[in-house]
Amino acid sequence: MMEVKKATILVASIKRRKKKTNEEGRKIMSSPNESRTLAKAFSGILGVDEKSMLEILVKWHPEDLTTFRNENSSIFLKDKYFLFERWQDYHIAFLVKEFLRFQDVVVQWTMHPWERDARMARKALDGHPQTYGLLIELACTRSSDELLGARKAYLSLYGESIEEDVASRVEGIERQLLVALVSTYRYEGSRINDVAVRSEAIKLGITINRHGDKKKLFKDEEIVRILATRSKPHLKAVFKCYKETFNKNIEEDLDEPSLKDIIYCLYAPPMYFSKILDSAMKANANENEKEALSRVIVTRANVDMKDIAEEYDRQYKTPLTQKIEDVALGNYKDFLVTLVQRSLPKGSD
Amino acid sequence: MATLSVTEDCEQLRKAFAGWGTNEGLIISILAHRNAAQIKSIRQTYAQTYGEDLLKDLNKELSNDFERVVLLWTLDPAERDAFLANEATKRLTSSNQVLVEIACTRTSQQLLLAKQAYHARFKRSLEEDVAYHTSGDFRKLLVPLVGTYRYEGEEVNMTLAKSEAKILHEKISEKAYNHEDVIRILATRSKAQINATLNHYKNEFGNDINKDLKTDPKDEFLAILRATVKCLTRPEKYFEKVLRLAINKRGTDEGALTRVVTTRAEIDMKIIKEEYHKRNSVTLDHAIGKDTTGDYEKMLLALIGHGDA
Repeated sequence: MMEVKKATILVASIKRRKKKTNEEGRKIMSSPNESRTLAKAFSGILGVDEKSMLEILVKWHPEDLTTFRNENSSIFLKDKYFLFERWQDYHIAFLVKEFLRFQDVVVQWTMHPWERDARMARKALDGHPQTYGLLIELACTRSSDELLGARKAYLSLYGESIEEDVASRVEGIERQLLVALVSTYRYEGSRINDVAVRSEAIKLGITINRHGDKKKLFKDEEIVRILATRSKPHLKAVFKCYKETFNKNIEEDLDEPSLKDIIYCLYAPPMYFSKILDSAMKANANENEKEALSRVIVTRANVDMKDIAEEYDRQYKTPLTQKIEDVALGNYKDFLVTLVQRSLPKGSD
Repeated sequence: MATLSVTEDCEQLRKAFAGWGTNEGLIISILAHRNAAQIKSIRQTYAQTYGEDLLKDLNKELSNDFERVVLLWTLDPAERDAFLANEATKRLTSSNQVLVEIACTRTSQQLLLAKQAYHARFKRSLEEDVAYHTSGDFRKLLVPLVGTYRYEGEEVNMTLAKSEAKILHEKISEKAYNHEDVIRILATRSKAQINATLNHYKNEFGNDINKDLKTDPKDEFLAILRATVKCLTRPEKYFEKVLRLAINKRGTDEGALTRVVTTRAEIDMKIIKEEYHKRNSVTLDHAIGKDTTGDYEKMLLALIGHGDA
């Protein structure tokens, strides 16, 4: 019974489609499927589906476009007085951004890493306070020579040192620590001093627990000294010793987002990066958050993308490439997925 | 392949150590008249030929002031700075002034090379040692000073110079010498920018900033601030003063004398000598001749004549 009904409906709809004409008697070329695909192509939050746009739009005649405009009120506004459909202003602006996403990732990828990092730092300083996270990312995840390179590029591009700009433009309590973090040239060898490790773990524990308001830690002399000057292997050992001594991870006790980020960036960058990748791909991500998708993949593709992908999978129970496939569109999506896949061992997702 | 002269130098140096005692004159006549690149060649060839580090042999054979000046001179400039900086952080030989001197009179590139040499030799960063061995206001100033990689261009922003001169004057008047902005300006701005700012300071407020920073002659932090300003803006005057104080001091401060001579011999010794003569009415050569003796004296004189050799 059901099958017969289905078949009847199907036949009827095909007949309907074949015979569909508009008020002026012209044939409609578009199918509902195509309309849906095109609407999706225009509405992506991470890139645009250029291929669909190309394939579908070239076939359509003016009446198809009219139908499309009438059917998509989130994109087009019906002007009731003059009786035509016009594009929503916010959607045009939105679309411009989304088309540019591919351009942007291509330019970033092609750029010298030093220039890329210098521009990132400059952007962080030009923006609102919440982009100080970029400075933390730059200062703490890069190797000593990569950070030095970024500082040289910054001098070359802007005629000022990154530290003088951070020192003069950052106004909050974070200033001293941020200046120290961008100015440091850490030792990169594995030699560590066990006595210093132990004493610093304890010192950190006492200092952190002394302050209820964790923001005060930004100005603590010893916090600044330890986080900004010690080598990364030394810090790893300190954090491990902290856990053994106080039975808690230091990042749990540092109940302040920027301080937490500093810790992750210093000793476990894949955890930090996997977290911001996920925020970039969530449904209501803002522009700053979305930009992280390009930035992280481009800057880490040749560094620790494999570890980041593994961490992402572990934390969010989805392969990173799968998630990007789900939320991004078009050339932008393909570019990112390919970059991620390049770093994965053959045969994995 | 070592050139004939480098091979000869190595042989001569080896001879200088041979047998009883050491032929210090020979050592001086060779090393004092070689530049950093040549000394580097000699060290490499010496190590290849005799399987030993020239520095270790020098260390074994020489003593005291003479040894130190030869050793420092033989180190490559970056290693020398790293060595001196490390010494300056150690408790018994600690000197904030030496740290300021190295951080502020070197070019950005020279300071970077020193930091790299520091990693290689001490397996730690200069910043972490300076931070660890200082505290309070000194740490607040010294760590940024050694960490910075200043812009080296000549461009100056006059509006900024005016506004920062005003800030400096304000904080100094309030006796807030350790204020974040004072430290920020001195530790991060380019030397050209600082010069412009301090010129404006003098024009606008009447005094040289160092005069205003002399309110308490016993205050060590103020002394370090003044040294910072001087090193950044008038290094030749700073070095002249260090030399003058070292020589005039009862018994002579050989440490300072040796340090300045070995670190500036290839850089700006000529200008420092002119400055010295202007300020003291006698030449530096004359003053060193009167104040030191023996091989130490000979080595110093050979080094300060180095630019002319």
